[in-house]
Amino acid sequence: MQIILDNIPLLLQGIGTTIALTVLGYAFALVLGTALAVCRVSPIPPLRWAATVYVEIFRNIPLLSLLILLAFGLPDAGVLLPYFWCGVAGLSLSGAAFVCENIRSGINTVPIGHAEAARSIGLGFFGVLRYVVLPQAFRTMVQPLVNVFIATVIGSSLCAAISVVEITYVTQQLNIASAQAVLLFLVAGALYLALSLGVAYLGRRVERAVAPGDARPLRTADRLQGAAQA
Amino acid sequence: MSEHSPGSPSGAEPVISVRGVDKHFGDFQALKDIDLDIHRGEVVALIGASGSGKSTLCRCINRLETISAGEILIDGEPLPEEGRDLARLRSDVGMVFQSFNLFPHLRAVDNVTLGPTKVRGVSKSEATKEAMDLLARVGLTGKEHSLPAALSGGQQQRVAIARALAMKPKAMLFDEPTSALDPEVINEVLDVMTELAEAGMTMLVVTHEMGFARRVCDRVVFMDAGEIVEQGEPEQFFTAPESQRAKDFLSKILPH
Repeated sequence: MQIILDNIPLLLQGIGTTIALTVLGYAFALVLGTALAVCRVSPIPPLRWAATVYVEIFRNIPLLSLLILLAFGLPDAGVLLPYFWCGVAGLSLSGAAFVCENIRSGINTVPIGHAEAARSIGLGFFGVLRYVVLPQAFRTMVQPLVNVFIATVIGSSLCAAISVVEITYVTQQLNIASAQAVLLFLVAGALYLALSLGVAYLGRRVERAVAPGDARPLRTADRLQGAAQA
Repeated sequence: MSEHSPGSPSGAEPVISVRGVDKHFGDFQALKDIDLDIHRGEVVALIGASGSGKSTLCRCINRLETISAGEILIDGEPLPEEGRDLARLRSDVGMVFQSFNLFPHLRAVDNVTLGPTKVRGVSKSEATKEAMDLLARVGLTGKEHSLPAALSGGQQQRVAIARALAMKPKAMLFDEPTSALDPEVINEVLDVMTELAEAGMTMLVVTHEMGFARRVCDRVVFMDAGEIVEQGEPEQFFTAPESQRAKDFLSKILPH
């Protein structure tokens, strides 16, 4: 236990870096993933194809491989990026593929007739998405997007492999110094758990906030149990 | 309806002009060389069996379906390809769907104001005022702030009519507007449509409501297998159809 108490500042630095990696990586993933999703549902075939290719590539590369490729491949290509930003880039590129698919499937839950009605009153592609489809799709997207956030929290631990001083990296260093792997990784696990639970809690708040007050659907579990009659 | 000034000469440019239109879905030809002109203030019933192509024609006029051949003109202007011009022209023709298609996340009044504010740039307060008037006109005073889920089917369809009217369309398309409704609320929608027709709105109504077609419409167009088989005045059509296909169709539905 002493090893932890002695290294609180280092651990705090690791926590801060994990949070920074996660928040930045997720933010860029949201922006890029939304743009990709718009491409995937756009009426322009080359945009659809490009977005599909992107998703299939980045969804299927292990994050660790991607991070190592970025950290060691970019310098070969003449791009010198600090490892922290390689980590952010890897989390963003990978996360965007999942964000894109979540938004696309959210869009697909909106009945086609709503989009047709929106087109019939003169809204264009972006107007239909912005005012009619996305506001409806967003409700169904909150939980999947929270899942991507949690995956980003957990995935950020892989940045330890490219020497970003985040929670896992700090834990490894302390383990090398003290050989108390079980204790140290229990603490690290608890830290990740706390971060993920915090995110999940916020996600539920957001989900409730985006449901119109008198149209809040029952949870699926309630529906399955026949609570709809209540 | 100020846009239908009585001074406009009959026989002028039709509001909707369909010329030589074909529509294919893969190998299936849904529309075969359709010609149809609808003049200002005219109310046309489009009838026929399921699968005869009447809904497809309705959707083509609003370009929710692209056509394979021919052309469609709205007020003399050809419908453009996808893009800003199409969106503008499309909003000149209101559309009412069988399944209402209200935006479920918006209250009734906001369903009606969305088009005017986002497409026409009308201020929110002005659009709201007009929406309130339109909702009153379709008999929904007091329901302005209800979400669609809290409205009955008939009420939802009337909101949908108000939503289409808010764009001040030159013509209205009704694609089986009462087919998804419970029998007891069909009339409240037909009444609104009858008032619209009497006010001079140009209307194309795909319908199975033969009573409505007979009472309210100026002309009946009968389709079968993607073709316009016969058209004429309702009384003439229902009492003495000329084509065998129309006779067969009427004999199947009218006894009930």
